[in-house]
Amino acid sequence: MAKARKFPESIDRAANGFCPGCGHGVAIRLIAECLEELEQDKNLIYGIGVGCSSLLGGILETDRRHCSHGRAGAVCTGVKRVNPDNLVIAYQGDGDAYSIGLAETTAAAYRNENITVFIINNTNYGMTGGQMSHTTMPGQVTTTSPHGRNCDITGYPMKFPEIVASQFNAAYVARGAINTVPQINKTRTYIKNALEAQMNKEGYSVVEILSTCPTNWGMSPVDAKKRLTDELIPYYPLGELKAREVK
Amino acid sequence: MEKVLTRPNRCKQCGLCVAACPTKSISFSDDINASGCNYTIINYDNCIGCAACYVVCPDGVYEVLGDK
Amino acid sequence: MGDMIKGNEAIAEAAIRAGARFYAGYPITPSTEIMEYLSYRLDEVGGSFVQAESEIAGINMVIGAASCGVRAFTASSGPGISLKQEGMTTLSDEELPAVVINMVRYGNGIGTLLTAQCDYLRETRGGGNGDYRCIVLCPSSIQEAVELVGLAFDLAEKYRMVSVLMSEGALGQMMEPCELPEMKEPKRYSWGFDGKYTNKLIGIFDRDSMKESVLLNEKYNKVKENEQRWESGYIEDADYVFVSYGLPGRSTMGAVEQLRNEGHKVGFIRPITAWPFPDKAFKEVNPNVNGFISIEANATGQMVDDVALTVKRVMKSDISVYCNPHVYGIPSMKSIKEDYHKVVAGELKEVY
Repeated sequence: MAKARKFPESIDRAANGFCPGCGHGVAIRLIAECLEELEQDKNLIYGIGVGCSSLLGGILETDRRHCSHGRAGAVCTGVKRVNPDNLVIAYQGDGDAYSIGLAETTAAAYRNENITVFIINNTNYGMTGGQMSHTTMPGQVTTTSPHGRNCDITGYPMKFPEIVASQFNAAYVARGAINTVPQINKTRTYIKNALEAQMNKEGYSVVEILSTCPTNWGMSPVDAKKRLTDELIPYYPLGELKAREVK
Repeated sequence: MEKVLTRPNRCKQCGLCVAACPTKSISFSDDINASGCNYTIINYDNCIGCAACYVVCPDGVYEVLGDK
Repeated sequence: MGDMIKGNEAIAEAAIRAGARFYAGYPITPSTEIMEYLSYRLDEVGGSFVQAESEIAGINMVIGAASCGVRAFTASSGPGISLKQEGMTTLSDEELPAVVINMVRYGNGIGTLLTAQCDYLRETRGGGNGDYRCIVLCPSSIQEAVELVGLAFDLAEKYRMVSVLMSEGALGQMMEPCELPEMKEPKRYSWGFDGKYTNKLIGIFDRDSMKESVLLNEKYNKVKENEQRWESGYIEDADYVFVSYGLPGRSTMGAVEQLRNEGHKVGFIRPITAWPFPDKAFKEVNPNVNGFISIEANATGQMVDDVALTVKRVMKSDISVYCNPHVYGIPSMKSIKEDYHKVVAGELKEVY
């Protein structure tokens, strides 16, 4: 029998506004659980992206800035430089972080800013109705790739964590997923590692979390998880792409 | 003895817990909550308190009481 | 009297002395020296300096620092300020103070490196979306610039809005004697982020735009009533009044002195705040004035619109308003005197 599990108080002030079965709800809960365990839930400043990620703001009772679209990397840099002892977290989707925000997301990683970035990757622009994003899969039908994504002219899905892990001087890089109970539990440890890397001033930490978008994928939440397992995970490898240095 | 408590008003009827429960203890009620969703109910005779429902639920419906 | 100092360095040092402790920006001629100076000076005073990857990133870093209650600023020129517009409207929406310095250079698009006053309409109207205004301060000397930097921060904080120091390329590059102000002890605004959520926020889905619009208008009306600044001379009996700001304003004042010595009844109004525009100055002008002459360094005449609107609001509608847009540079006193003679001779047609 399992140990007691109670929904984190720090995000319980209201029901969240996400669609039924959306992966954001799980990701947010994992982050809140880790923050409470690390006793950082009252030492926290969020930089929130535009898109479905902005719905996070509706359930938080913390210092937070809803950033202009894609700019969380820059806003969090400004915050952390002047408030180095607060935990500074960017919470964004794949559209916010990798399309319009690519420069700011990359530059914060490039400079090894001591912040933690969580990017919820569901292979489309969710809030605006399901357009193609930088992580949309080859052949994936979206509202702006109606015949399926043609990667020859639109580019192949981007693997940002791989770029950071192989090219930049960052502290911790991981990719998790919310498709199964074991995978959710593993993702939780990645999140905790990322936050601890910041707390110990090791440098930049990022966790990309593969997620589902039942509404725009046109699937039930259960089938959406199957797509995540069968189609996304083979392309986007899970695990710690850059582990924390053992000092 | 109930090992899991629920908050039916939070349920969005997404069905992830129904699929995740290893003992098939979760089903949808005939009743609806204020959001118009058939909220989940637990068959406590089958429930083993593994917390899979808590882990997969995006909406904080479940609380697992755990070992005393 | 003060030592000789380069304009851009004086402006940067003035910000430090006003207690600014965060700068993020991107190099762009003719403002780059501000950033280069701060790259070592901020360290000396325990502040934070970031050379941002872009102008957009720079203003967003300023948003982050300002959110935490720190006096934060950035500097650029016209094209860079164009990129920052999303940040300016965001700062205004979140009611965060910040100072944005524009060392204006002439031209549309990438423009040129010529000193000019072609961003007047953009700075006073705002190039970002929505109903916001920024306080716009226009120095005509390095000494004045240094004083306006401190005022920019104070006003930004007092009203929780953006202050723009709208200067000109030439002022940043030139050297003049200047007395720098005393070093002010930096302190954080009480409502900045501390990580503990000491100051509660309204959720983004809980905002009431109707209520906010009432407060927005109240704020801007207060600024318009209380923060107009200008310099004027010889206006009570003037037949013609020049209106000019910044370095052209300085030449204009000199031209007026010379014209008066030659027996011509002219006066000047030199706006120091472009927003709020100093309409109170116009209330003191000779009610029988024949006309106003706007002297500006741009191509199409921009401030002339505000002169005409103000004359209509504060005086009578049928007073002529003229403009000679000198395109770029700093018009000489000689050319401004020629503008006056052209107006009197009927060779320069009125704009309004």
